[in-house]
Amino acid sequence: MSGNTEPLSPRAKLAVTAGKAAAAVSRAAGRGSGSVIGGKVALRLDPDLLGRLAQHLDVILVSATNGKTTTTRLIAEALQASGPVVSNALGANMPAGITSALAGGSDARYGVIEVDEKYLSGVARDVTPKAIALLNLSRDQLDRAAETRMLAEKWREGLAGTQAVVIANADDPLIVWAASSSPTVVWVAAGQEWKDDAWSCPSCGGVLQRPSDDWFCGECGFRRPAPSWALSGDHVLDPHGSAWPIHLQLPGRANKANAAVTAAVAATFGVPPQVALERMYAVQAVAGRYDVVQFQGRDLRLLLAKNPAGWLETFSLIDPPPTPVILAVNARGADGTDTSWLWDVDYTRLAGHPISLIGDRRLDLAVRLEVAGLDFRVCESVDEAVRASAPGRIELIANYTAFQDVRRRVGN
Amino acid sequence: MSDNSLRLVWVYPDLLSTYGDQGNALVVERRAHQRRLDVTRIDVRSDQPVPTSGDIYLIGGGEDRPQRLAAERLRRDGGLSRAAANGAIIFSVCAGYQILGHEFINDLGEREPGLGLLDVVSTRGEGERCVGDVLGDIDDRLGLPQLTGFENHQGITHLGPSARPFARVRLGKGNGTGDGTEGAYNDTVFGTYMHGPVLARNPQIADLLLKLALDVNALPPTDDRWYEALRAERIASATQPA
Repeated sequence: MSGNTEPLSPRAKLAVTAGKAAAAVSRAAGRGSGSVIGGKVALRLDPDLLGRLAQHLDVILVSATNGKTTTTRLIAEALQASGPVVSNALGANMPAGITSALAGGSDARYGVIEVDEKYLSGVARDVTPKAIALLNLSRDQLDRAAETRMLAEKWREGLAGTQAVVIANADDPLIVWAASSSPTVVWVAAGQEWKDDAWSCPSCGGVLQRPSDDWFCGECGFRRPAPSWALSGDHVLDPHGSAWPIHLQLPGRANKANAAVTAAVAATFGVPPQVALERMYAVQAVAGRYDVVQFQGRDLRLLLAKNPAGWLETFSLIDPPPTPVILAVNARGADGTDTSWLWDVDYTRLAGHPISLIGDRRLDLAVRLEVAGLDFRVCESVDEAVRASAPGRIELIANYTAFQDVRRRVGN
Repeated sequence: MSDNSLRLVWVYPDLLSTYGDQGNALVVERRAHQRRLDVTRIDVRSDQPVPTSGDIYLIGGGEDRPQRLAAERLRRDGGLSRAAANGAIIFSVCAGYQILGHEFINDLGEREPGLGLLDVVSTRGEGERCVGDVLGDIDDRLGLPQLTGFENHQGITHLGPSARPFARVRLGKGNGTGDGTEGAYNDTVFGTYMHGPVLARNPQIADLLLKLALDVNALPPTDDRWYEALRAERIASATQPA
């Protein structure tokens, strides 16, 4: 099914051309990369275009609350060992952005596609994927998003009977619930630090028991499936019991988990773990995330964390005290306008770090940290926060639009 | 744990802790510690009995199915109702507020009995969800400054004769009944739709709960400059035209 065995229909070709023209106009007008507007124009001309473009590809879908952009990038890198890849690497992860990305890769064998959680079932129906990677589900932007458990329920319904191999995290009960309606699942013990969205059984509502790394429902018997792949410290364990060392430039446990899932996906397409893991080392930063930039004589590491689970994973990867930390939070549309989630984050983990607060909602952070009993400084700008920090490495953790603001300011 | 310790009970964090509800517990704890009060926080999971000897009970917001499960388990357990009969202080938010009433509409679209600790009945609104910043005036009898918070709910809550409105909104929907009321209270049982979390945005409400628990009229002052700065910003932002 790979390769360009069937040419696109004249209508599909016209749609692709019109989409590219619209994207070029959008770029020329200085309105972003143009990938979304291009995809919208193309989809209007040919609503089935996404499915048609995907026909010529082996499609891998990636969805999750956290880590989907990075994992998409890792999978794309790994599969290049086996053939050319097209991917929505910039994170435009709704149908228009996906269409636009696929239209740009007429010579590709693989389409590695990040999908927004809300669109997964629909995209999976349209593109007949060969594989679907599901990493984690947790609370995120509850003022505008679907309830977390409802999302798992929709995935479960949408993926029931899928032809795709589903590669899913056995350590997240909501992911297991979502994936276990699929006929073919490869379970990966990828870990999940955040547990507070899965205390009640997704199947029967009973209280989940969670002794150490295991979990099960004492009432209905829904339990953690036996994984065939696992993340174990700095190694990926494959189904044969071999341990493969993970060498990444990307920091943190969460990225090792992303690498373990990537190795399992790559193996599905015949790429051995050793080859996949070697290729993953090439990934240094993903859309500016994890990048270290020089700014005012300091090394500023830019870390994106959009929700409680993301902040928790980020705290575990930063350099120890006395490395200064800058926290940046906004509450604009793309962030979610409710800042209540800050209270789900355990900021006492930052004790000992000099802390500076910036962003539109720095006063929400100030009250949060005051109640956590931490010392902090409230700053008007990233410039002021950096100046107030000692020379050397600074860890900057920001949510979505705050991250974009900082990137613009520090020239990344 | 000493006998003099103030017992702060957080009810069912496994089901009703969706919108930063832990914040309310953290703020009460912090403000008690700042007054050198000894506090014991007791987090009660929904497969554990609710103790009846608590001083302050907090119950938070949650999604539709967990709300039904919480109501079922609280009715079966009976601990919170017995504590209320003993005069405990109960502060509830959103889904928890609806559970304290006579009934609400559950995730199956059916009428679900609550605990009847507040004289309110909740239904589900037909229109858009109420989402956004809220500004209101708290009932005069409570002697508290303006209410600031964030609401996110589909529920509409009607007050019966023995419940007083906790506040009247200037901005936002509150109870969603169109009469401007927000939340409800009766003696020491309180309900509100405010997230934020509400006690972080309104530390004087946390102090009110402490004063009721200690049966005192005043508490030593605390350094509230960050709370005040946040309140001023949110109130200004709510009153500014967008």
